[in-house]
Amino acid sequence: MTLRDLLIQAAYLAASVFFILGLRSLSHPDKARRGMNQAAVGMLLAIVGTLANQGIVTYQWIIVGLVVGTLIGIPLGTKVPMTAMPQQIAISHGFGALAATLVGVNEWVVHGFGAGIGRGTMTALGFETLFGALTVTGSLMAFGKLQELLPGKPVTWPLQNATSMGLLAATLGLFGWLIVNPANPLAFWGMLGLALLIGVLLVLPIGGADMPVVVSLLNSYAGLAAAATGFAIGNNVLIIAGALNGASGLLLSILMSKAMNRSFGNVIFGAFGGETAAPAAASATGLTVRSISPEDAAVQLAYASRVIVVPGYGLAVAQAQHVVQELAEQIEKRGGEVKYAIHPVAGRMPGHMNVLLAEANVPYDKLLDMEEINPQFDQCDVALVVGANDVVNPAARTDPASPIYGMPILNVDRAHSVIVLKRSMNTGFAGIENALFYEPKTAMLFGDAKASLTRLVNEVKAV
Amino acid sequence: MTATTVIQLYVFVLAAFVGFQVISRVPSLLHTPLMSATNAISGISLVGSLVAAGSGDRHISNILGCIAVTCAMINVVGGFVITDRMLKMFRRGKPGASK
Repeated sequence: MTLRDLLIQAAYLAASVFFILGLRSLSHPDKARRGMNQAAVGMLLAIVGTLANQGIVTYQWIIVGLVVGTLIGIPLGTKVPMTAMPQQIAISHGFGALAATLVGVNEWVVHGFGAGIGRGTMTALGFETLFGALTVTGSLMAFGKLQELLPGKPVTWPLQNATSMGLLAATLGLFGWLIVNPANPLAFWGMLGLALLIGVLLVLPIGGADMPVVVSLLNSYAGLAAAATGFAIGNNVLIIAGALNGASGLLLSILMSKAMNRSFGNVIFGAFGGETAAPAAASATGLTVRSISPEDAAVQLAYASRVIVVPGYGLAVAQAQHVVQELAEQIEKRGGEVKYAIHPVAGRMPGHMNVLLAEANVPYDKLLDMEEINPQFDQCDVALVVGANDVVNPAARTDPASPIYGMPILNVDRAHSVIVLKRSMNTGFAGIENALFYEPKTAMLFGDAKASLTRLVNEVKAV
Repeated sequence: MTATTVIQLYVFVLAAFVGFQVISRVPSLLHTPLMSATNAISGISLVGSLVAAGSGDRHISNILGCIAVTCAMINVVGGFVITDRMLKMFRRGKPGASK
């Protein structure tokens, strides 16, 4: 090993350590920023180390790519609104995966169209192009759905699972053929094409509300593609960074599917959107809801000493995060205490609601996750539910016949009183009646979330 | 399977293990920044792209590599910038305020 190689390897090792330290720093918000700066330094080291590589003889293409990528990346990073974070991350996965796929294609092409590749390397290259291609189109689909360029509702067609499974089997068959005979162009291009198609078919049937799982899973695939690149070109930093991502994405998908009451196997096989919608449970005939005026709701909030706000995706849709914080400030000014209860799937990706509220200047120590806040509902005077439905449905705890039975929920029904902000009595995403709305202690404040909150702010001020 | 492949597998499995350990300690509060951070790190495909773009053997490598470098760089730069933007917003309540 020459001195140059040693230095390159040292740079890669340092980069790997910085990546791990960076991710570790995310265990606490106060240390996170510094840690991520370290990770960025790690990336810089990896780039510089690579540029010292002997295999690199020409620099003009590299410079073009680095400059163009930076020029596109900076506005993308600074301009995107926080509500658009899920689609931003989805499209970004797509870019990373496209890079991995192109590297895979290039490796195969330059080695005599597979003729100069051993079976071991071909296995790694195959995984790389397979996961890469699938992630590229999958991410584009997820982006399209989140950006509402494509219908957010699940798109289904006859024999959907059968076609998907058949295509998957065909792709794996071609992959196997390619390992036996790496120089087979039909197998290589066929596998690439089918992988691209599978990415589309995998995400198309999935509804917008299930996107947190999809985006996490794509994160995992992008990581696996990078790791496979590392195996193919014999580079450890790629393997390490790829494995970190793969693990992270997988872990988050498991957490998300648990929070959405779906089995993880269901998620892995991408069949989750294919299920028929849950049948509507017991209809609510004979029950009445109590509606409340903004004035009365304001009085209740103004004199409450403990308030818990339960934000759902409806809050983000209405862009009402800032108004909610304003309301919280008014209540606090009067001596009340306000906390936020964040369900794991509030928002369109893991942790999305926290980011949206942090942007609205809510201090993070007021954002409590489900485990932390649930025991506190017993002492809560008013729980204010804004744009959340299924995640506060007590049927998940009490009614074994309910389709959402077993889903972890926020125990809003244990608060002394509940105010629900809701546009109308429509059922939530799962199409299930919510018993919480019919409880005597629950009052419904109908109307647009943002308009209602603005009214509440003014009324609380006037109390 | 060569000795190198075996070592690569060791590296992969151990790194995945470290990943699970480290990431399971990230609170749900920071899951979105976590995803954007791992997304930025997955731009590590840049390393492979650079080698392709800079190789002297074939024109096709330069072109594919150049596109790959561009994509990976968008991923890296966008990812780190956005992660920092998010983390900057997470601040603690005023000292003395109730927890």
